[in-house]
Amino acid sequence: MSFGITIVSHVYEVANGLPRLLTQVAKDVPITTAGGTEDNDVGTSMEKIMNAFEENDADEILAFYDLGSAKMNLEMAIEMTDKKVHLYDVALIEGAYTAATLLEAGVDLQEVEKQLEPLKIK
Amino acid sequence: MLVTKENLEKWLEIFGDLIETNKAYLSDLDTPIGDGDHGNNMARGMAAVKETLASKQPEDIVGVFKVTAMSLISKVGGASGPLYGTAFLEMAKASAKTDDLAELMELALAGIKKRGGAEAGDKTMVDVWTVLVPKLKDNSLTQADIDAAVESTKDMVAKKGRASYLGERSVGHLDPGAVSSGYLFTALLEAGVM
Repeated sequence: MSFGITIVSHVYEVANGLPRLLTQVAKDVPITTAGGTEDNDVGTSMEKIMNAFEENDADEILAFYDLGSAKMNLEMAIEMTDKKVHLYDVALIEGAYTAATLLEAGVDLQEVEKQLEPLKIK
Repeated sequence: MLVTKENLEKWLEIFGDLIETNKAYLSDLDTPIGDGDHGNNMARGMAAVKETLASKQPEDIVGVFKVTAMSLISKVGGASGPLYGTAFLEMAKASAKTDDLAELMELALAGIKKRGGAEAGDKTMVDVWTVLVPKLKDNSLTQADIDAAVESTKDMVAKKGRASYLGERSVGHLDPGAVSSGYLFTALLEAGVM
């Protein structure tokens, strides 16, 4: 079973900037992103999120997001995709960084989730 | 009341017109307590609905609801995209079995609450829908009911959405999603679906 990460942000640069930080500690973890609306305005796009799931090479995805409506679009995309996706209501940067570090070290999902628990903020 | 392809299309057309006419007002309402884009987002969404309905020409109410849902989900951008999109998607699913407006709108409301996690009293569109959907059931909806439901959000403290970050400071402002939902119900009256 392989695990990957998908980052969803209202802002294109936030979603696409965060992987720079994550790949420092997790160069082998597949990371895909969905930032901004389809015109790269501020907002989120269910289609972009679907694409980020499809493009991710992992069998299972851990998804992280910034604000409320990103979660709604994520949930809709999760209902429509065939991939198994886990959604976390944690601080975006710290949560994704924790998961990336642990996944790179081969830690199992249960343990990753235990470490994400205190980062829950929404 | 029963939904037909004709009155449904009329309903959506009038809703789209009301959104277009009032888009600056909706965005203004969204500026002090949100991100100032509700009017433009909804107008972009409803313009896409109009365009896609014209190009795809769905054959029945299921198709019209579905095209509406998908256009709103893909074009709106803000939180209202998934929320209104889910409402119409729930109606699309249910309209294969029923064309009763009150039943459809009840399922739409359940979908909105599930998607956004809001309950009545949270200063959102749910406050308008929760009060007005029962009035569809007994066929008693009036414009005064709509105005009162929209106005009720003014004194509430926002618990969901961008406005919730402002907490008590959101009191005194109408919720923009409640106002646009008010237009959806006004359009029902004007289209003669009610």
